[in-house]
Amino acid sequence: MKFNSQLVAKPYFIFALILFAGQIIFGLLMGMQYINGDIGFPYIPFNVARMVHTNLLIVWLLFGFMGASYFLVPEEANTELYSPLLAKITFWVFAAAGVAVIAGYLLVPYAELAKITHNDILPTMGREFLEQPTIGKIGIVIVCLSFVFNIGMTILKGRKTVINMILLTGLVGLAVFFLFSFYNPINLTLDKYFWWFVVHLWVEGVWELILGALLAFVLIKVTGVDREHIEKWLYVIIAMALISGLVGMGHHFFWIGPPNYWLWLGSAFSALEPVPFFMMLLFAFKMVNERRRDHANKIAVTWAKGTAVMAFLGAGVWGFLHTLAPVNYYTHGTQLTAAHGHLAFFGAYAMIVMCVISYAMPIMRGRPQGNCIKAQKVERLGFWLMCIGMIGITLALTAAGAWQVIFQRIPESAKALNYMATQDKLVGFYWARLMFGFMFAVGLISYFVSFFVGKRPAKQWQN
Amino acid sequence: MAEKFTKGMARNIYYGGSFFVLLLLFGLTLDTVRQLPKRDHRENITAAVAHGKALWENNDCIGCHTIMGEGAYYAPELANVFNRRAGGNKKAFKAFLNAWINAQPLDVPKRRKMPQFNLTDKEINDLAEFLIWTSKIDDNNWPPNIQG
Repeated sequence: MKFNSQLVAKPYFIFALILFAGQIIFGLLMGMQYINGDIGFPYIPFNVARMVHTNLLIVWLLFGFMGASYFLVPEEANTELYSPLLAKITFWVFAAAGVAVIAGYLLVPYAELAKITHNDILPTMGREFLEQPTIGKIGIVIVCLSFVFNIGMTILKGRKTVINMILLTGLVGLAVFFLFSFYNPINLTLDKYFWWFVVHLWVEGVWELILGALLAFVLIKVTGVDREHIEKWLYVIIAMALISGLVGMGHHFFWIGPPNYWLWLGSAFSALEPVPFFMMLLFAFKMVNERRRDHANKIAVTWAKGTAVMAFLGAGVWGFLHTLAPVNYYTHGTQLTAAHGHLAFFGAYAMIVMCVISYAMPIMRGRPQGNCIKAQKVERLGFWLMCIGMIGITLALTAAGAWQVIFQRIPESAKALNYMATQDKLVGFYWARLMFGFMFAVGLISYFVSFFVGKRPAKQWQN
Repeated sequence: MAEKFTKGMARNIYYGGSFFVLLLLFGLTLDTVRQLPKRDHRENITAAVAHGKALWENNDCIGCHTIMGEGAYYAPELANVFNRRAGGNKKAFKAFLNAWINAQPLDVPKRRKMPQFNLTDKEINDLAEFLIWTSKIDDNNWPPNIQG
């Protein structure tokens, strides 16, 4: 570790992983509710569990991005963080706000929460992923501003590397596009159109910049490959991400009211969205092959390669599977969407955060050469169980989605099975999904255990 | 990548390409917003429809259902429930919705459960108005059949 201020990243990573555990617990609960609707009802109805599951995901990823930025940016900029104190305050504000929002979901009925927080003054609640009370959204904006300010000032006074600039662009974009969450017109079509400016332009837009920058940073560190070379790749990857992803947003506009031209524009551009992910895959493996040194933190290298593979599968392949309008006409809003969502979020974003943690955490704990071999073995077990578990979940949901299309969507109205009857036919797939979910949870536990394996080497701690 | 392809060229593709596509998105969005009034029949948004949308949001209906295919996949699609459950008959639909919502949660073991939201008759009426309005948005004929 070059600078002491990088240490502010540590609580961000720890808290991110705690929230991750919460996300998985609620995921398992929903997996059970899909099979037996009585479980947890009426205390935690499905919609509440889902809000908690998805909101925890978003918040822990944001904590992860922030921690990663606080660790990476000073090192890249070759200067101390502008204000470690501000970073610490931001952490506590964000943690308190995050816990308050989740507690609100769990403790009072949602309509009551809307009332208590005066949603009628500026209604923003009750839309998928943007369920946070308006006051909570304002909190997110303040936290993001303080965070981007801190990172921006650090970069301003230090070295402006390509990685830092791209990361900063991604983070500014994240903050800017979130502002669309405050626009909630009465007209549902308009509402949905601009809702995607938050959701799509985050995960299929600016977040890819963050992903690319974080991956490039870790690759430079663990492979020792020439920075120029890595930066060139990074530019091309994020160029393709934005060129395909911005208008690729059109694949969400097929069936919610916007004009017909989105059918072919959305199909054509989003069909290119796998390209940057495929390049990221080539990039990660090529850099590791051309490595100039063997870093002792082997598991961090595994995460870097793993995230490239899983992001390509989840965001690239599973996205392409249903992105063309004629296909999407039948698959829209089925379990196939859920399959894609799971693998893409895990592969691209959950894994890149764990990749950075895997590289940075040992350093912050006084182990610059990574954790001991035994700890890395346990972490590797967690890596594989989580990856295989998630692929299993994805395959089960894909099969469920395909059956939905066959029974419910393709036949004519008179012959098609209704929604609930179709769901009854899918129970086997839901069981498989739940079992793979448990496998994933075991992987997560194994990953957590790896943090406590092996003693802190006293000698390295001096560094 | 060949050495002839320099970092400078890559950077230019990034800045030039994404700036161009961002402009394109901006232009398309302008055009979409201009064309939408022809497709979303906003002239029919009444106070009841607006109130219905607020109820839809304040009870987090999207946490289980989809509407125009977006939302959660735990419960049926509702953008076409007006046609599915009442064949497009307003009065029949309102009667159905009132009875249905008041009957929740259904006492069927293991069935997925819809909570009891304790809505008034007026609120259910407005929710129905919102769903009726939604069913008439021009959404390129989605879903493929009545089952949603």
